[in-house]
Amino acid sequence: MSNRLSGNEAVAYAMKQINPDVMGAFPITPSTEIPEYFAQYVADGEVNTEYVTVESEHSSMSVCIAAQAAGARTVSATSSCGLALMYELLYVAASCRLPIVLACVNRALSGPININNDYSDSMGARDSGWIQIYAENNQEAYDNFLMAMPIGETPEVRLPVMSCMDGFITSHAVENIELLDTDTVRKFIGEYHPENYLLKRENPLAVGPYDVSAYYMEHKVLEAEAMKVAKSRILEVAAEFERISGRHYGLLEEYRMEDARLALVIIGSSAGTAKAAVDKLREDGVKAGLVKIRVFRPFPGEELARALAGTRAVAVMDKSEGFSANGGPLFAETRSALYDLQERPYLIDIVYGLGGRDVKTEDIEKVFGRLTDIAVTGEVGPVYTHMGQRSKEDNA
Amino acid sequence: MASNDMVEIRWHGRGGQGAKTACLLLADVAALEGKFVQGFPEYGPERMGAPITAFNRISEKRCSIHSNIYDPDYVVVVDESLLDSVDVTGGLKEGGAIIINTPSSPQEMRPRLQGWAGKVCTIDARCISEKFLGKNLPNTPMLAAVVKVSGVLETGRFLTDIEESFKHKFAAKPQVIEGNMATLKKSMEEVQVG
Amino acid sequence: MIYAKDINERTPWQDLTPGGEIYEPGTARAFDTGTWRTNTPVFHVEACKHCMLCVPFCPDSAIPVKDGKRLDFDYMHCKGCGICENVCPFPAITMVTGGVAK
Repeated sequence: MSNRLSGNEAVAYAMKQINPDVMGAFPITPSTEIPEYFAQYVADGEVNTEYVTVESEHSSMSVCIAAQAAGARTVSATSSCGLALMYELLYVAASCRLPIVLACVNRALSGPININNDYSDSMGARDSGWIQIYAENNQEAYDNFLMAMPIGETPEVRLPVMSCMDGFITSHAVENIELLDTDTVRKFIGEYHPENYLLKRENPLAVGPYDVSAYYMEHKVLEAEAMKVAKSRILEVAAEFERISGRHYGLLEEYRMEDARLALVIIGSSAGTAKAAVDKLREDGVKAGLVKIRVFRPFPGEELARALAGTRAVAVMDKSEGFSANGGPLFAETRSALYDLQERPYLIDIVYGLGGRDVKTEDIEKVFGRLTDIAVTGEVGPVYTHMGQRSKEDNA
Repeated sequence: MASNDMVEIRWHGRGGQGAKTACLLLADVAALEGKFVQGFPEYGPERMGAPITAFNRISEKRCSIHSNIYDPDYVVVVDESLLDSVDVTGGLKEGGAIIINTPSSPQEMRPRLQGWAGKVCTIDARCISEKFLGKNLPNTPMLAAVVKVSGVLETGRFLTDIEESFKHKFAAKPQVIEGNMATLKKSMEEVQVG
Repeated sequence: MIYAKDINERTPWQDLTPGGEIYEPGTARAFDTGTWRTNTPVFHVEACKHCMLCVPFCPDSAIPVKDGKRLDFDYMHCKGCGICENVCPFPAITMVTGGVAK
């Protein structure tokens, strides 16, 4: 059914359709509306979720961990500093192999304090063992949230899932959306019946025991293997989802890449803006394309290398700083993924959009302009640069 | 950069005046009428009285662009005093229009618009809302004015659809629907184009 | 189901449980901590009045009780801390040097 919802409304509605057993959440801009709307559903009796109000995000994730370990299907939502306050527990959730689903509404992580969008929050947690899926718009935020549980709860995966969308740009923008009916959603999600849980009568479960070094490595290998399995499971779930929704999803999305010589690698709402720029450049005869990374963890390295194999010059668009002095996190992943190609494209990294700095189609066109020069001259110039900041050179 | 069949609207208001609400309401009604819509505010710390901006894109196909709007077709100024501090006509397309909440006429307003030569529309939204809603809620009359001036939605159908939307939105206080509808209709009648 | 008794420091990662989960309670019972002992308590049954003071003081639950009487030490779990000797009001427990029983 057609509707129009903001990203936050869409995710709260997805939660309502899922009717999870437990929600542990603490409000923080720009994700506040999700627990707010959901609390209304709880108060109105539209769901029978146990909604646990807590005093911090450290506690909200603790609630989720405990509830999920007890066999409950558990959700939360947060942003920025809230995610940072969960940080310790993110690792606990992942290493205890508890498939909690967290709506992460991406916001710059202080400081300077800022409430607008970039990926510094979730990118900081990229190595915590959570599956990370990023949405371009409200539709994808809704769809990704619905797909998160069937992915994470798969016995061979058993990993928590962070379903990310851009703060304000997606979370607060009302756009058209196609919603599934609740019966279809419930059938798709299925019931949650973990094999083991805390108070299982036949064999009560102990969760998160101290792991001496004689075991820790083995358990981490198990976790790493699960993340590899997640890759194929994400695609299976996407195929199942396509059957009920007609909407296709992969680990990444290739946009006009068939014969592209110049390409971007980009995440989230800016990918949509960049698609419009690609369309315009295509009209002008420029063989431009882009690859949108939908799943960042597990990282689709081989798929990305295949997608970029025929290109001449590629710009990686990083919407978070890594302060590595060597490029942002998406750049590091992309450059690593391309290493095994026989013929690699020229590669640059552009850090953009920090703290909500807007990116326009014209900005993206300029990036393609740079790629055109690189492709023609073979001279890359500075590999790692920023875009959109005021600069003395602007006036020169 | 927008395609030709797309209408882009930029709202200028002050925190608390309901510019964002009107923007989202316009998106809501346009979507009801089968359009593809975007309605989004530019967010900062929420402060009553601080200048805020909100945006609408309305088109026949889904728009993937998610930047702010820099070259709008229409500009709505919910608070006249913003003219002194915000470049409201910045990027406004030549064939477009600016719609200002003011008791003054378009001719009186033009000199304050930094050389803007295109269409100027005025509406005394404060007066209308005070008359029909009992208080200064300028966003509803401004919404009607921009629909009328832009023609982005057919006015008769707009009124029917927004009434439906109000019935849903104000389910708990249906007594306000009548006043809101009267406000919208009055505003459509009174908006001056110059 | 994998039981704790079947897991040890030679178990390959493929055979361990996800997250180190343990699917049964009371697995400490299977853990031989008696080998950590450097001093050993000796129980003199003839001097014991079965007042049971030593039992709750034992941090390792290494003093079994049956039918209202305490039995000899559970040397698989006794770490030889000597608290029992200290709290015993009678000459029923003495500590000897060394980790072996008796």
